[in-house]
Amino acid sequence: MQETTIRPPKGWELINFKELREYRDLFYFLVWKDIKVMYAQTILGFGWAILQPLIQILLFTIIFGKVAKIPTDDIPYFLFSTLAIIPWTYMSSAMTLSGLSLISGQTMLGKIYFPRLIYPITPVLTKLVDFGISLIIILVVMIAYQVKPTAQLLYLPLFILMMMAVPAMVGLWLSSLSIRFRDVRFAMQFIIRMLMYTAPIVYSASSIPELYRFFYSLNPIVGVIEGFRASLLGLPIPWEYIVPGMVVCVIGLIGGALYFKRMERVIVDVI
Amino acid sequence: METKDWAIKVRNISKVYRLGVKDEMHDTLGKAFASFLKKPVQNLRKYRSLYRFDDIDVDNAETSEGREDILWALRDVSFDIRKGEVVGIIGTNGAGKSTLLKILSRITPPSRGEINIRGRVSSLLEVGTGFHQELTGRENVYLNGTILGMRKKEVDRKFDEIVEFSGVEAFLDTPVKRYSSGMRVRLAFAVAAHLEPEILIVDEVLAVGDVAFQRKCMNKMQEVGSHGRTVLFVSHSMPAITRMCERVILLDRGRVLCDGEPHRVVSAYVKGGRDNTAEKEWPDVSQAPGGEVVRLRALRLKNESGEVSDSHDIRCPIAVEIEFDVLQGGHVILPTFSIWNSEGINVCVAVDVDPEWRRVARPPGKYIATGIIPGNFLAEGAFTVNTTLWLQEPVRNCEYHVTDAVAFQVIDSLEGDSARGDYIGDLPGVTRPLLKWTTEYFQDNGSGVTKVAL
Repeated sequence: MQETTIRPPKGWELINFKELREYRDLFYFLVWKDIKVMYAQTILGFGWAILQPLIQILLFTIIFGKVAKIPTDDIPYFLFSTLAIIPWTYMSSAMTLSGLSLISGQTMLGKIYFPRLIYPITPVLTKLVDFGISLIIILVVMIAYQVKPTAQLLYLPLFILMMMAVPAMVGLWLSSLSIRFRDVRFAMQFIIRMLMYTAPIVYSASSIPELYRFFYSLNPIVGVIEGFRASLLGLPIPWEYIVPGMVVCVIGLIGGALYFKRMERVIVDVI
Repeated sequence: METKDWAIKVRNISKVYRLGVKDEMHDTLGKAFASFLKKPVQNLRKYRSLYRFDDIDVDNAETSEGREDILWALRDVSFDIRKGEVVGIIGTNGAGKSTLLKILSRITPPSRGEINIRGRVSSLLEVGTGFHQELTGRENVYLNGTILGMRKKEVDRKFDEIVEFSGVEAFLDTPVKRYSSGMRVRLAFAVAAHLEPEILIVDEVLAVGDVAFQRKCMNKMQEVGSHGRTVLFVSHSMPAITRMCERVILLDRGRVLCDGEPHRVVSAYVKGGRDNTAEKEWPDVSQAPGGEVVRLRALRLKNESGEVSDSHDIRCPIAVEIEFDVLQGGHVILPTFSIWNSEGINVCVAVDVDPEWRRVARPPGKYIATGIIPGNFLAEGAFTVNTTLWLQEPVRNCEYHVTDAVAFQVIDSLEGDSARGDYIGDLPGVTRPLLKWTTEYFQDNGSGVTKVAL
């Protein structure tokens, strides 16, 4: 028979993976619920997963490509922006949901126990469905621009993994902070906007002076987007933009998990 | 107490909370503006400190005694619960019951101490947690089941049983938002009722739904208890507690005040710290309730043998004694008392109808008016007594009105000769008279139905 010991938590703790595994069915149903509920009672349903990024791509192409004429290393702006906005849409929406997951789940938090880590991680998985659907846009656009897949495509899974690590990391930190400081809710919009303009979404990373490149690429979103573009367009992978972000991701994830575990114990008393 | 077959071992559990710090008020616009500027810094300190207890000694609750911002919800609570034991937890609001349950179900950690639990814990306190409006009944059964700690396989196995129990088969594929609230509760309860935890925690305070539903909860609990599972039951209903539990723990301001046999603990609780609730006296006439004509001197509850007692057998009569002094002669007076149950229902009002003194002006002196509540009249439970005295003639006036002067509880010892007969389940009702029952028996002996005399 399973024996549980409850004692006051002390110091730093690592994630209890064994416990998380015991709750995998719950994990599965929560993700599945979010997916089912996401587009409930809408006319377009999952069509929104296509329409949302598509409209943004069109807007950006008109404003930044046609009006502002931002240079894109000779890639057609529509194609250029598609390859950035699809992963960005995933990251920004997963990040928002994950960061606010504890605030939105507070009624359940106070009533029932399951590993709290499930709250910020669920949106990271849920939003993958939208991302999967929106890959259709990438496919259609690449066919339209007659981009032929190359061996570089094999790197794509790595960048998808990195793309998932970003909202997981941001979500862990922000949701832990949100336990005490509701400011997170108001800062969220601003953080997302800021991240978007500091990443090469509307402009090309090569327009950043080489002197600042290292600091610039500490933002892991830079690596994700540069990686997506390179692997899909068959260009050489710009590791100098990717590796710093990857390191930040790993450190940020571990740190975030530790911080989350530390804050998790006071959630119910403080939130 | 150290037993081998323990299910829960609680050792020196304490829990401390930091209360919100009061915001200051400003009397001038200037001060208000200054504080508006300083606010972010103050807020940062305040919200940062919410979970930190560096400034107090967690191992020693007394050191933070008297501090306004610190609340010890539990102090040094220890007990063992054996496997299969059905234990009630009682106490006034704020005694720490909910905190204890939250710690046991791992929702919040203790500040100090250690708890060992053998087996899976589930709580019935959260009927319907995680139900989602947009999902169908079927989907919610799975979601809710896994939230409550079941594996998908378990839900699969029990699905038909759950649906049958809930009685909403026809609406299984309808989103829950279209359900009536009753249907939703039934489905939610059906899921919770089919958990098979080794340890079940029930908080009746949070139980929603109508009387029938609550009764269903109770019956389910009793069933669970009889299957050798450990049950922890928080309730404000003393009859329910005494009937269902083999043992009761009384919490008072975060401490275990009493732990043991239900009747004893419940009676300690009903007394509420007072030694004896069955007697109340006013030794000083000038302080006693009343006016110029009459003063109340004492109110007592006695059993058949004339002893003052606050615990009475449901089958036995209870004597209510009103002792009063008439200071001014020449008035016709009317002593009365009323009985109230724990739900605040006025069970009855009794007016003194003693023929000797009815419509008779009383001379000064001491009087003891006794009204006898018959046995087999009140239901089980806790009751309080109010007393009022009316001047009837020459002027109509209320001399005194005293509420909750004395309190008592009525206990059914389940020997089978009370109105509940052999039924040991929950019985609602304000009174429980023992009725005269008769039965006529008819038999078909081939040539028509005839009455059989036994």
